[in-house]
Amino acid sequence: MQTAVISETASTTSNTSQNVLKMVSLLLISIGLLGILVAAVGANYISPVLTGLGGTLVLTIGALLYIWQSRWYKSPAEQNHGRWQQEATSRGPSAWVIGFVLTGFYVLLYWFPDTLQGLIQATEPLSQWLRGRPSDQWFLYGTFYTLAILVMGVYALLKYRNSRYHIIRTISVMFFQLGFAFLLPGLLLMLNKPEYYFSYFWPLKYDYLFPGTIDYLVRDGAALGVFMVFWGAIFSFLATPVLTYFYGKRWYCSWVCGCGGLAETAGDPYRHLSDKSRKAWRWEVAIIYPILGFVILTTLFLWINSWSEGRLLGDLSGGFASTYGFFIGAMFSGVVGVGFYPLMGNRVWCRFGCPMAAYLGLLQKHFSRFRISTNGGQCISCGNCSTYCEMGIDVRWYAQQGEPIIRASCVGCGICAHVCPRGVLKLENGPREDRYAGSPLIKRDELRILS
Amino acid sequence: MEKINSQEHLVIIGNGIAGVTLAQRVRQGSDCRITMVSAESPLHFSRTALMYVYMGHMRFQDIVPYADWYWQEQQIELVHDFVERVDTSDKKLVLRDGAPLPYDKLVLATGSSAAYYDWPGQALKGVQGLVSLQDLEMMETNTAGIAQAVIVGGGLIGVEMAEMLRSRGIVVTMLIRDKLYWHNVLPQQEAQLVTDHIRQHGIELLLQEELQEILADDAGRVRGIRTRAGKELSCQFVGITTGVKPNVDFLKGSGIDIDRGILVNEFFETNQPNVYALSDCTQFRNPAPGQPMMEQLWYTGRLHAEALASTLLGNRKAYQRGPWFNSAKFFDIEYQTYGTVPAQFTEQQESLYWQNKEATKAIRFLYEKGTDKLLGINLLGIRYRHDLCHHWLQQGYTLHAALQELPAVNFDPEFFQRYEEELLHQYYTRFPDRQPPVKHSNWWELRKRFGLFSDSTSC
Repeated sequence: MQTAVISETASTTSNTSQNVLKMVSLLLISIGLLGILVAAVGANYISPVLTGLGGTLVLTIGALLYIWQSRWYKSPAEQNHGRWQQEATSRGPSAWVIGFVLTGFYVLLYWFPDTLQGLIQATEPLSQWLRGRPSDQWFLYGTFYTLAILVMGVYALLKYRNSRYHIIRTISVMFFQLGFAFLLPGLLLMLNKPEYYFSYFWPLKYDYLFPGTIDYLVRDGAALGVFMVFWGAIFSFLATPVLTYFYGKRWYCSWVCGCGGLAETAGDPYRHLSDKSRKAWRWEVAIIYPILGFVILTTLFLWINSWSEGRLLGDLSGGFASTYGFFIGAMFSGVVGVGFYPLMGNRVWCRFGCPMAAYLGLLQKHFSRFRISTNGGQCISCGNCSTYCEMGIDVRWYAQQGEPIIRASCVGCGICAHVCPRGVLKLENGPREDRYAGSPLIKRDELRILS
Repeated sequence: MEKINSQEHLVIIGNGIAGVTLAQRVRQGSDCRITMVSAESPLHFSRTALMYVYMGHMRFQDIVPYADWYWQEQQIELVHDFVERVDTSDKKLVLRDGAPLPYDKLVLATGSSAAYYDWPGQALKGVQGLVSLQDLEMMETNTAGIAQAVIVGGGLIGVEMAEMLRSRGIVVTMLIRDKLYWHNVLPQQEAQLVTDHIRQHGIELLLQEELQEILADDAGRVRGIRTRAGKELSCQFVGITTGVKPNVDFLKGSGIDIDRGILVNEFFETNQPNVYALSDCTQFRNPAPGQPMMEQLWYTGRLHAEALASTLLGNRKAYQRGPWFNSAKFFDIEYQTYGTVPAQFTEQQESLYWQNKEATKAIRFLYEKGTDKLLGINLLGIRYRHDLCHHWLQQGYTLHAALQELPAVNFDPEFFQRYEEELLHQYYTRFPDRQPPVKHSNWWELRKRFGLFSDSTSC
């Protein structure tokens, strides 16, 4: 009885301090949001740097405090409590509001950047300090994006603190976003070198292998530019297949990629919203592979055009490239991909649109040692794995039949193995021989869901 | 026995894991007509996942493993109705709503429900067990807005219920008959570890206590309980988790022999021709030595169904359970067991036991003194490979032989700390004359060497 009494007193004290922390953090978040609002609309009355940058700082501190108090006192066993009961994470009113606001922000960013002048001015000192040049809407976007990954990265670290796999993986996506997708490109600009993202490759960063980009890199970047071209080509055609052979698609999608980074951190509260139906899978296959084909064709056309000096195809290839840029690059990856997080889950772009994911997926399915093993006959068909699969894979379908999960779309985030209450799943790399073989301890259907 | 022919009608009562597995395995080998009848739910759902619906991890539709299209493509007919009685002479089922359903072969997989032990007040509002979907719905109503709950019984459903109630901030007290939680199954050290862990999650445990009576308020609802020691606890909900009893009431007068459960032999045959029964609702007439009369687990339900399906498909096979296994989760701590690890060891049994300083992880290898034969493994907070543990036990490995392959058995995620070295250290300290393994064993090599895999066509 002694223990029970002690824990009760301890929990009352922590409850009070937790409530104080909670109120302080909510106050800070509100002040921060107000500051950002003033920067956006009131730049003529008060310095947007003070309100915008200051507001962002206060918002960040408030958010971190809030996350800390809401996660630290919770046992890791409670990490998914109420997920389908709270309206914010089950497509309730506030989920729609956040979805609309995010989508609207992307629309403004892509097509009406002038409306964001106040906020762009707010990040001016940061841009000057990091890049030695004026801020623009892309710098503003990059700053917010990186902050979202860092702040929500702390959330993911606290939430999954009972798993060393998730701690290391989360630190990895935070590192690559901050270092490779924010600081390094800024530094390159400061040094008057071409802006280059060493963590994005063709076909995701489709223009990195377009003749125009290569021309520009070599011309403006001299030796460093040549290195960048090599880096990009080597990663697209050599490092990607080799790394995927050994570790599966996950080395990129849930360890390095910025889109994956946002999905695994800021998108984590929405991962269960992905559609697991067979119909959704059919849509996925019907959309993602044509997009990969489209990128490959566009790249080929541009090269043919460049070699033939425009005689062969005229402006057709340029039209291809700008069409892709509009529909896929902007509409899909930004507006739908992130804007619809609270409604369709955090991997809409990765699942239905990303050509890099399609390419990695083909490699993972056919030329890789990676699989998610099922532990004998231990599955109880509970469905946590399928529910929390952000890619909408019906993991349970395989697990309950004692089969390994080998799917092109799997980004290897490892959450299925983490939420399984019986420890049935394990991400591992092993010999390709008998890769599809299941456990002898369970009998199974021959019926396949698809293919 | 002859294989069920394609003109025959196989009717299964119950769509739990046993009924569903049977339908699936029979369908794989036969074109016969298959109908599954259930009053509980139109589609099969995972019973073990009901707790996650209550806690908001999933919605009910998420715990349904096979969607509508699956049953249509498999040509398994589903009837959502209650079977009033079984007419074995006319070979038909009398349904509550639908027309009578004729059968050629009948399989009873009706499951079980919470067992009550005639406590005064057990029929009050707010007193319930947790087995069926209806129980879950009732629990939603019974626990709405309440502050305190008492759970009677210290087993797996009990701790699940405790976790569910805690997720809604309800104060939970568990009455446990033994000295420690689940001590009729777990040895002292494991039971102590789990007991402490449950307490750390804010559950009050009253050990060596039993329920005397449930007290009513004026409206006929629970207002509290009195323990056998005379202690009174105020509560608005009482969870009964003292085991389950077979659902067999509707079979009275059908001519099917029943004791506590439907009596079956090792082929799951009842005394009536063409009527079989399996899983929770059955009782073995002559259980194999050392094995229980009744097996009421998810895993055994599936194993029963696989064995009976083989018999119905013409390959008459007596049920052999094989090395035992089970798993569970107590708040943050996962539990796995392979083979036999009793709560109390005999004179001939000895074990290697390791646990970490924080008392969140433990490994136990139980073996026979003298012969050194491996008897069983208990794991808390650590995952081992089922296929390999099964192989060790099936092949009668000695402790020494199993430990040679220890590096291959761990199933924890990548980057997790491994504890096998500490266990081996303990082993070589106890047996200094035994030689450490010459080479490092690897799971993939062992899997290949022992053939510990199968593809879908070969099984």
